[in-house]
Formats: sequence, C-alpha cells, structure tokens
Amino acid sequence: MYVAVKGGERAIENAHAWLDDARRGDRDVPDLGLAQIREQLALAVDRVMAEGSLYDPDLAALALKQARGDVIEAVFLTRAFRTTLPRFGASLPVDTGAMQILRRISATYKDAPGGQVLGPTFDYTHRLLDFDLAQAPEVAPAPEIEARPADTPHILSHLDAEGLMQGETPGGSEVPDLTRTPLEFPAERALRLQALARGDEGFLLSLAYSTQRGYGRNHAFVGELRIGHVRVSAHLPELGFEIEFAEIELTECESVNQFQGSKTEPAQFTRGYGLVFGQSERKAISMALVDRALRARELGEDMDGAPAQDEEFVLSHCDNIQSSGFLEHIKLPHYVDFQAELELIRKMRRDAAARQAAE
Amino acid sequence: MSAQPLSRRDWLGLIARAPMARLGALWPDDPPEFTWLRKPEVGAMMVQGRAGAVGAAFNLGEVTVTRASVRLPCGTIGHALVQGRDTRKAERAALLDALLQTEHEEQLQATVLAPLQAAEQEEAETRARRAAATKVDFFTMVRGEG
Repeated sequence: MYVAVKGGERAIENAHAWLDDARRGDRDVPDLGLAQIREQLALAVDRVMAEGSLYDPDLAALALKQARGDVIEAVFLTRAFRTTLPRFGASLPVDTGAMQILRRISATYKDAPGGQVLGPTFDYTHRLLDFDLAQAPEVAPAPEIEARPADTPHILSHLDAEGLMQGETPGGSEVPDLTRTPLEFPAERALRLQALARGDEGFLLSLAYSTQRGYGRNHAFVGELRIGHVRVSAHLPELGFEIEFAEIELTECESVNQFQGSKTEPAQFTRGYGLVFGQSERKAISMALVDRALRARELGEDMDGAPAQDEEFVLSHCDNIQSSGFLEHIKLPHYVDFQAELELIRKMRRDAAARQAAE
Repeated sequence: MSAQPLSRRDWLGLIARAPMARLGALWPDDPPEFTWLRKPEVGAMMVQGRAGAVGAAFNLGEVTVTRASVRLPCGTIGHALVQGRDTRKAERAALLDALLQTEHEEQLQATVLAPLQAAEQEEAETRARRAAATKVDFFTMVRGEG
C-alpha cells in the first residue's frame, strides 16, 4: 500500500541545479545575452509576447533564455509574471488604419491604393539552408528608396464603401475580459477574439487548415495582411487627456469570405479578423480563418459539426498554458489514485476467478 | 528638427515611448530636488483592438508600463506613464514633465524633446524607406517603362 509521502527535497534541489547547468551549456561558448535573443530570435520573442499576452520584448527574451528555448514554457513564465502586474487601465482601441507599414499585401487587389509592400518576408526565399550564416557574415543594411508619404487605408474599406462587405457592428461600452471573468458560452465575438489572440499558434493553424480542407468549409481570401507599428494611447485621469504612451508592432489579417445572404441580408462578403502582437502572419491568418468559422452561427450558416465552428471546443482548447498545465499534471504523483485502480483490477480478477471456480 | 515646441500631451507620449538609453544620454543630469507623489510602479495596460479593424473593441493583450508622479519644490507636479519596466525611466519622465512646466521649458524643448523627436522620426523614416524599397510595382513590369 502506498501512502502519501514527503521528501525528495534534495533531489529536487539537485535537479534544478542541473537544469541551471544544462541551460548554460558548454562554458566555452559565450553566454547568450538578452539583446541577442531580442534582436536575432525576434520571431520567437514575438510569439512569446503574443501567447504570453504581454508586450515586452526584453521580458520575452528573458523568458526564452530561462526556458532554454522552449516556447510554451517561456509563454508560461510570461503569463505567470503578468499575473503579478497591477493593471493600470485599458488603452483606446488601436487604429490599425494608421499603422506605419512594414509589410502590406493583398491577395484580392493587385493595385491596392498605397501599394503592395513585401517587407522583410520569408516568401519567395528558396528555403535552402544558408550555410554562410554559420560564419557570422557581415550583413549589409537593407536597401532604402525615397518614400513618398502614402495613405494606406484598409483595403477592405473599398468593399465597405460599395456596400459589398458586411459592416462591423459597434460593441457595447463594456469590453469583456477573459482574464477577469471565466469564459462562458456562447461567447461574444470580442471575447472570442481575445482568446484567439493569445491562443496557441499551432492549434489555430491546424484548425484554420481544417476549414480550408472542408471541415466547416468557408473559402477565404486574404483581403489584407499588414505588419507595422502602431501607437497605443490611453486617457489618463490625472491629466484629463490622452497620451500615446507606447508603440508596438502588430500583425493584422482581414480575410474575405463569401456569404450567400439570408432573408434579411443581401449576398455579400464577410470578414474574418486576426490581430497579433509582433510579426506573426501565420498566426494572424489562422486567427482570421478561425474567427470567421466561429461566426457560422450568427451568420446562419450550416453547422456540420466541424471543430473550427464549435466555439466551446475551440476556446476551451486554444490556450496552450491551460492545455499543457492539465496535460502535464498527469506526470505528477498520482500514487493513491493509482493504488485504488490497482486494487480494483485485482479485486475484479479475484471475483472472476472465484466465479469460474464455482461454475 | 521641429521648430514648433511640443505640447504637454505630445511630450508625455514622446518621452514614454523613448528608449531609456536615448533618454539617459540626452538628460544625464543629476535630478533636481523633488518629492514623490507616487513612486515608480511597474504594471500593465490592456491594449484594445477592434473586430474587423473598425468594429467592437476587444482586449488584445497587455503591455508593460511604469508610472510615477513627482512634485518640485515650487509645487509643480509631473506625471509619467512610460512603456516598459524601467523605474529610472519613469522617474526621469515625471521629472521632465514637471520641469517642462517651469522656466526650464525652452531649454529642455531644445536639448531633450527636439532630439528625441528627431530620433523617433528618423527611425520611422528609415522603416518607411526600407518598406518603399520592397514595394511591388506591377505597372512597371507590365509596361516595361522606366
């Protein structure tokens, strides 16, 4: 019979010391600086900020270092830190139309006003490993040409203006917050978007892909994908006015999907929306597709049991901290639980053997 | 460099967004005498977005910030809400806000705000020029002009 045990303190201490040692690795290799992580592993930093739901590149770099590059562990560290921070307030909604553009492409309009801007993209690279990078080569600064100040309105605003795009409904004054109130279903779109914005990229990618393969079929075009810098402003009561207290990098995707119309609405296009901290277009496109799939009910579309249309399924499982917390807890001691199961199996076998003997 | 002096709203934002290294290099002076109204406190602000860029507001995630408030011996009060977790930056920002409301304004506009603004603008312009270099020009390809 197992009983609850205390102990293992020494083993735990030594395991953690080994973890520290293993994190440092070969001492002949220079220690990795946070600035190196922030500057040279920037997309990992962005992912930790997005899923950690906290914009702070230096903090995300520290989390990645501490987690030995394990992104979900780094997200966990970031989320844990986040809970220690007092919330001073909320910003005004960011104006992504005023974004300073690094990248902006549309798969629907070749000649979008403001133009298609590729930015620092992996697209059109040949995905061949570049062995020169192993030698720390000198890298020339990016080419520059004179920039004419261009207005870059959202591309879908043209469809909006023609009335071909379903309008967005303004929300109420209260913005729901899943970090303050547990999720309840059905969840309004604002809550779904919050959950998706901090959701696991891999999970959302798979779900979005499933919609493309026919599970909750809803053919999407990338109406616009933009990456750039936006200012964040807030109204400060002690001042009585708004200040632009931060500048952050965001990736935004608006998908365009066909909608057959209903008794009350004409055939038109509808929108899926993705907005993510940092540069992460895979996540932003995935979020837009999943957002659109989750709108099936409000749009009165066929619900054929596709996972991506099931908001309870999606929202309950998209958070990688919740998922890994529950998944990994089963590796912790369950001695008493297991002992009960073991006793049960033994008893069932004894009973069966006794019945057989009696027959 | 901008000749127009910045308004208080603009300087509060400019200082809040500036990297500490840049701020410290421009204003390394010993702090003037002051009392804390609110000592630097690290926290977070929830950043909101809008569904479909124009619709209902939703909570996107938080950004780290630090706030502080100071009072100069003359009674002038300075506030700061700055991006990031650097308490020294919040202290400097609050002091600058206070001093910018005193007879030091003209000097600080010239020695701190103008260079900060120029540096921020230069960063934005560099990004814009790099972006411009990656702009796809379909017309040129089709016409073969140019």
